[in-house]
Order: sequence, then C-alpha cells, then structure tokens
Amino acid sequence: MGKRTIVPFGPQHPVLPEPIHIDLVMEDETVVEAIPSVGFIHRGLESLIEKKDYNEMVYVAERICGICSFMHGMGYCEAVEHVMDVEVPDRAKYLRTIWCEFSRLHSHLLWLGLLADGFGFEALFNECWRIRERVLDMVEMTTGGRLIASVNKPGGVLKDITPDMLKVLEDNVKIIERDIKKVSKTFLNDYTVKSRLCGSGILTKEDAIKLGACGPMMRASGIEVDLRKNGYAAYDDIDFEVITSNDCDGYGRCAVRIGELLQSCDIVKQAIAKIPEGDILVKPQGNPDGEFLMRLEQPRGEAFYYVKGNGTKFLERFRVRTPTFANLAPLVATLKGAAFADVPLLVLTIDPCISCTER
Amino acid sequence: MEKVIENGRNIIKIPLKELVTTAMKERDKGTRLAQACASYVKGRYELIYSFADDYELVSYKVTVKPDEVVPSISSIYAPAFTYENEMKELFGVKIEGIVPDYNNKFYRIEQETPFLKKGGE
Repeated sequence: MGKRTIVPFGPQHPVLPEPIHIDLVMEDETVVEAIPSVGFIHRGLESLIEKKDYNEMVYVAERICGICSFMHGMGYCEAVEHVMDVEVPDRAKYLRTIWCEFSRLHSHLLWLGLLADGFGFEALFNECWRIRERVLDMVEMTTGGRLIASVNKPGGVLKDITPDMLKVLEDNVKIIERDIKKVSKTFLNDYTVKSRLCGSGILTKEDAIKLGACGPMMRASGIEVDLRKNGYAAYDDIDFEVITSNDCDGYGRCAVRIGELLQSCDIVKQAIAKIPEGDILVKPQGNPDGEFLMRLEQPRGEAFYYVKGNGTKFLERFRVRTPTFANLAPLVATLKGAAFADVPLLVLTIDPCISCTER
Repeated sequence: MEKVIENGRNIIKIPLKELVTTAMKERDKGTRLAQACASYVKGRYELIYSFADDYELVSYKVTVKPDEVVPSISSIYAPAFTYENEMKELFGVKIEGIVPDYNNKFYRIEQETPFLKKGGE
C-alpha cells in the first residue's frame, strides 16, 4: 500500500454550483476511498408543515429547488390528492405532463452545459444554455415564471394553456428538438468528449441495484426503469420507450440524458395533440387524513413524496427523498479507483442537486 | 388491475424485532432500498423503509418508543447510511451500528433533533 493522502474536494469548487464536500483518500493520483459530507445548506423545509396548511405547503415544496421546482410541487400535490381521493381533471393531467417535460428539458440542458464546461468545451456550454433559454421562455409564456412556476394546487393546476399558446409551444419544441440534435452529435461523437467520458466512473447493473441508484444513473447501467411508466399525470396515454444504455460509464449517462431530451420533445408534441378540453381544477373536500408515498421521475431520477395527514389542515409529516440523495452512495462507489483528474466530471455525471438533497 | 402507483398506499406494519430479517429477505429478493424516513407521531417514532423491484414498491413501517434502540440495516443495504444518519440527527432516533456513523454531523446543524416535536405532539 502506497502513502495515503486526503485531498478535500468542495464545498467550493468550479464544477459545483452548490456545496458538497468529499474527502478523497488518495494513493498517488488514484482515489481509493471517498467520504461525502453534506449539510451546508440544510433548511429544514419539511418542518414548515407546522406553520403552513396543506394548500400552502405546495409553495414550500416548489422552493426546495429551482431546477426541479415544478415537479416538487406536482409530486406533493399528487401525494395529497391520493390521500384525499381527489380525481384530477384530464386537462390538468396533460398540462402537468407538458410542464414536467419542459422541466426535464431545461434540467438536462443545464446539466449538459455544465458537463461541457467541466471538460473545458466552452462553446458547447454556451450552445446548450442558449437552447435552454428558449425552453425557459416557453415556461415563462405559459406560467408567468421561468423557474418557479407556481401553477400546481391539490386538485389540479391554476393556469391553462390557450390553443394559441399550444401552437407557439409546438413550433418552439420543433426548433428546440432541431437544436438538441445538432449538439447531441458533438456530445456523442466528438473525440475529446468521448476521451473524457468513455470508461470513466463505471457502475455495473448489479452495483446500481445494490447501491440504490436511480434515474439516468441507473438507466445508464442497463436497468429499464422510468417511473413515468407508472402512469401518473397523463403518461398512461403517452407512447414512449424507456431509454437505457449498457455502457455503465459517464458516456452512457450522457447518452441517456440526450435520448431523454429528444424524447421529452416528442412527449410534449403528443400531449399537445391529445390534450382534452375541460376543467383544470377541482376543489378537494375536507382535509387530508391518511398517508401516501408518491413516486415520480424527476429529471435526476426517482423522487419520493411522503404525506401523512391527521384530518386537520396541517399535515403530520411531509417528507421528500430526492434523486441526488439516493445517488450519493453510487457516486462514492464510482469514485473509488478513479483518477484524481476525473473526479469533477464523475461528480457531475450524477447531476448533483444539493438544494434538493438537503431540503 | 390495480395501478402500480397505488403501491404508495400499502405500508405494511412490522414489529421492530423483524426489521433486520425483513431487510435481509428483501435483499435476497434483489430489491433495492428506495427510501427510508422517520416521523414523530404521538410520542412514538414511525420509521418507513421502502424497497423497490423495478416498478413495484413495498414499504414497511416500524413503530418504536423514543428510548428503544433500532438496529441499522446499513450492513445489509449500504446506502441506508444516509437515511439512518438523517433519522438520527433530525429526529433523535437511537440507531445502532450505522456504517459510517456521522455522529450527528451529517447536516451540520446547531439545533439538536430539530424535527422532534416537543411535548410529543
């Protein structure tokens, strides 16, 4: 055994928009152990159930994270709706599906940009974020907010999308799809990109299950699980295949996310074509009494929303388990044996969201 | 057929003494630990452990008194350490044998057990 040194990584690091600290135990240039620690931005948002009633808590849920905002609000609402046996109007389900996919588009494009920045490809970073601006413009046009949409409410949604707006959305999705196809060629075929991603951060299928990986991290290890197939929102009516890769490395994770970007464009187009007329909101009767564990597919993977009501307007417990929280153990595993220079990119390949993780 | 999403409603109650054997059975079935969380309800901890097999989800609830010691399942499911450190630090659940145990420094918070409601309510 060679001489071991501990190199601290984070909480401030150029590839980390949010703080996480990892102690890297090194032998020469190789990582032999990685010990993560979080807790720099824990806000205790879940405990706000003591002060906010179940209708107000949706605004707290949306503020867990700026990137996953819409889906946090929706996951919370769906959990409350299951507890209260509320049947959401079909149009609201389609609207949620459209906004979910726009969330996925802007999250994955943000990640692709950060990844490009991580390996020093500035032009590619700029191009990904340029495409993302159009996605955010569409979210702003339909909800009034670019990141925090605030359109979810237990029982449905607060805003409708007019037929004129749907036409604008459809036209813009076609442009976004065209632009994604252009950058995807660079991500998937460029020599320098492949040299940084291929073979780095191997997570086998067995390890992905053993370590509880989720989302693109899991699907890039050949596991065909995408919770949209569970049929929440309007996904039951949408035709799509789960995107996987058997590469089990950073390149596979990148390829899965690029596939999901194009898939999101297709899902939005399908939802626009199929969206029914009708109400967008029903008023739930009474207060939540009971418990439910809602799971949905965030851009970063499986998210859990546990809601326990006691018959009053204040919940007994609201708990969120975010995908990054689940992907911490797989990250530690992929870092073992990695070269020191690859650590920033490997941390990026789980698409870490620390605000979500710590809540 | 009942939609898989309805799995979220089915939470099986088990006694504390069956927690480790249940986790071992789930591991042997090839499921992954999907989540674990604690609640503090009427002077008792409610711990929920969820295991997922593709789209299927099974959840177990263990109710324990505040002074009862809960065995860690981190030797059975390695990723359990994050959930268990969280339960210990935010709620004060007495969990024994977590690997690694952050000794209440997982979230680096000043207040001790902030999610433990005072007075048991």
